[in-house]
Amino acid sequence: MKPTNFSGGIHPPRMKELTADCPFEVMLAPEQVVLPLSQHLGDQARLLIKKGDHVSRGMMIAAAAGMISAPIHTPVSGKVLNLRRHSSSSGFPIEAIPIQTDPHSNETSFMQPLSQAELTPELIRERVAQAGIVGQGGAGFPTAVKLVPPTSHQKPIELMILNGCECEPYLTRDYRFMLERPEDLLSGLQLMMKTVHCKRAVMVIEDNKPLAIQKMRQVVAPESNIEVRILKSRYPQGAEKMLVQATTGRRVPPGKLPFHLGILVVNVATAISIHDAVFQGLPAISAAITVSGRGIRRPANLIVPVGSSIRAVLEYCGGLNEDAARVVAGGPMMGIAQYDLNAPVLKTTSGILVLTSKEVPREKETACLKCGHCVKSCPMGLTPTLLVRLLQTHQMEKVAHSAISQCMECGSCAYTCPAHIPLVQWLRFGKRWAAQKHRITATNEYKR
Amino acid sequence: MEAPLAQNNRQLELTTSPHQHSRWSTRRVMWTVVLALLPCAAAGLFFFGIRQALVILVAIAFANGAEFGAQRLRNRPISLNDGSATLTGMLLALTLPPDFSLTPTAIGAMIAIWLGKHVFGGLGHNIFNPALVGRAFLQAAFPVAMTTWSVPRMAVDTVTSATPLAAAKFENVRSELLPMLLGNIGGCIGETSALAIFLGGGFLILVGIVHWRIPAGVIGGTVVFSGLLWLANPGIYPSPVYQVLGGGLLFGAFFMASDWVTSPITTRGMWIFGLGIGLIVVFIRTAGSLPEGVMYSILLMNALVPLINRFTRPRVFGG
Repeated sequence: MKPTNFSGGIHPPRMKELTADCPFEVMLAPEQVVLPLSQHLGDQARLLIKKGDHVSRGMMIAAAAGMISAPIHTPVSGKVLNLRRHSSSSGFPIEAIPIQTDPHSNETSFMQPLSQAELTPELIRERVAQAGIVGQGGAGFPTAVKLVPPTSHQKPIELMILNGCECEPYLTRDYRFMLERPEDLLSGLQLMMKTVHCKRAVMVIEDNKPLAIQKMRQVVAPESNIEVRILKSRYPQGAEKMLVQATTGRRVPPGKLPFHLGILVVNVATAISIHDAVFQGLPAISAAITVSGRGIRRPANLIVPVGSSIRAVLEYCGGLNEDAARVVAGGPMMGIAQYDLNAPVLKTTSGILVLTSKEVPREKETACLKCGHCVKSCPMGLTPTLLVRLLQTHQMEKVAHSAISQCMECGSCAYTCPAHIPLVQWLRFGKRWAAQKHRITATNEYKR
Repeated sequence: MEAPLAQNNRQLELTTSPHQHSRWSTRRVMWTVVLALLPCAAAGLFFFGIRQALVILVAIAFANGAEFGAQRLRNRPISLNDGSATLTGMLLALTLPPDFSLTPTAIGAMIAIWLGKHVFGGLGHNIFNPALVGRAFLQAAFPVAMTTWSVPRMAVDTVTSATPLAAAKFENVRSELLPMLLGNIGGCIGETSALAIFLGGGFLILVGIVHWRIPAGVIGGTVVFSGLLWLANPGIYPSPVYQVLGGGLLFGAFFMASDWVTSPITTRGMWIFGLGIGLIVVFIRTAGSLPEGVMYSILLMNALVPLINRFTRPRVFGG
């Protein structure tokens, strides 16, 4: 099928120049790391240690619990403190285990790198599971579960899309991986293809990254079943469904996943983590992040021990500028504003932005002017202004029957709204409400 | 080196995503449109004299006064600085005949704001273009004054009728096209100079305030429907170019039909809206007793916009 561009989307200022040319720096572990037991979609991991225990770097401290779950490993050697509720970058308090770092210890508990003979689909997948790798495109889905090959009743995986778009402004993490470790990236991709018996892959990169395109094209050239494709730079090009449409022309129907079309979409950083787990025995103990924004003294791309506080990361980068107004975990379009800088960096953190008030222009909210910009920019074909009006006037039945659950909260609508209506906030409320209603309805029907 | 995080957390803003925004705001949009109307206002002053500035200023002043009064009465925050009332006043003034009396101007401006906007709930809630509501009222209340045309200062036309459309309809005489492009013809203050309209309207399209589909639909519709008539009988019916350049068509297409609040929110809807206006304009101009019909066409299509919005909603992705 012919690849087609998705309709809608926006062109926010990219702001990548702040960190595009900054090679990765490795940040040393702070005095203490705080490890949340849930850094992934699915069930919380089950704690294996207790207060007073001594742990070594790379050791598994919590095991996967349930079919959709992932283990947690400690990035530092040191002493375990008491399990407690701790603030997190999502805004909700979570259960986390603090570990006091022992700076003098050289102990590690890494896994053995897999040998050539051990590179079978099953063993690779097992290693991914043991390493606690989760999707680093933002959702944090346990990768080992994602890489379960389809059963004989399901569609085989015919295409793997490696997402090198990084369409969120400011973030340059994936970009640096493409420039600094293209071979490892290819290796990680090939390992993933092996686990699901996939024969073909396409790596997609936005056209605003010519150096990365060049590098990846070189590395991929000898592979006959892998190609690099350039996509026009537009937000949210890197969203899963948009990528599937852009590469294959097919649209993932509402309620379904690319998996149902025989396609898997994976992030660049995830591929790197898989390579490191298989060939270096490294579990998921570091987060590769971009620290950027005009509010931070020294923007950088960092490899940070998971569990380091956001505060420690910001201090490493020279601290906040005078006019810093907002700290956001993630990208500017979908990231979460932080109120407590003690919140830890997670496996799924992709960036920490310190934004000034100039970078986030805030105006008074006015009435909706029916300009239609939100309709035009919505990549999912929704009518945000209409949905929001239904919510504001409590027409909840209509909301329940609308396609509001298709909203991916990308922020394109709110970005373009001249009336500065907080559309995403309303849509989030509506989505939660509609989801809850469906759960209640479904439960009631089951009881009957 | 300073360690600003050594002390307690400073005050950080806590709002939901997205944390970036386009530079546009309601205020900025309104004032930008006012800016884009300056070429038309300048052309009006140039061709009809400095007194037109008084008409414009009176309209703007009374529109703002009416808005102030309405917001006070309705216990709403005063929002004159958003430029919305100023824009309505200016639009109304530019659609009035030159040297229009100041008292009816003031009345029209107040009607535009009260009956055109606040009676519906204020900004964003009105169905009809407020400036056109004001003008329609004046047309009904002061019919003679609203059809009395001044001769432009440098008139080169030798036609006796006051506007090119009237000349074509009642005398079957055609004006030259060049004056219609430049503006030294009879007509309303801001609508005579096609050049000034293209300048301001083109600018608004470039900055993304006017959706190009609307003027394209209006002009396209006018061309198609008047073209059909003209091809059938060029002796009686003016050419499509004449229809487009004459009267308030261009001004209506770029500045009135394109008003966000009263036009469709979907791209397919915008086409239907524009073409509908074109059709009705040609119909009124040809079959009606008036030589001009842009105002009524837009008001009639305004009434259909909620319905158009409902039936042209985009398809949900993958659905």
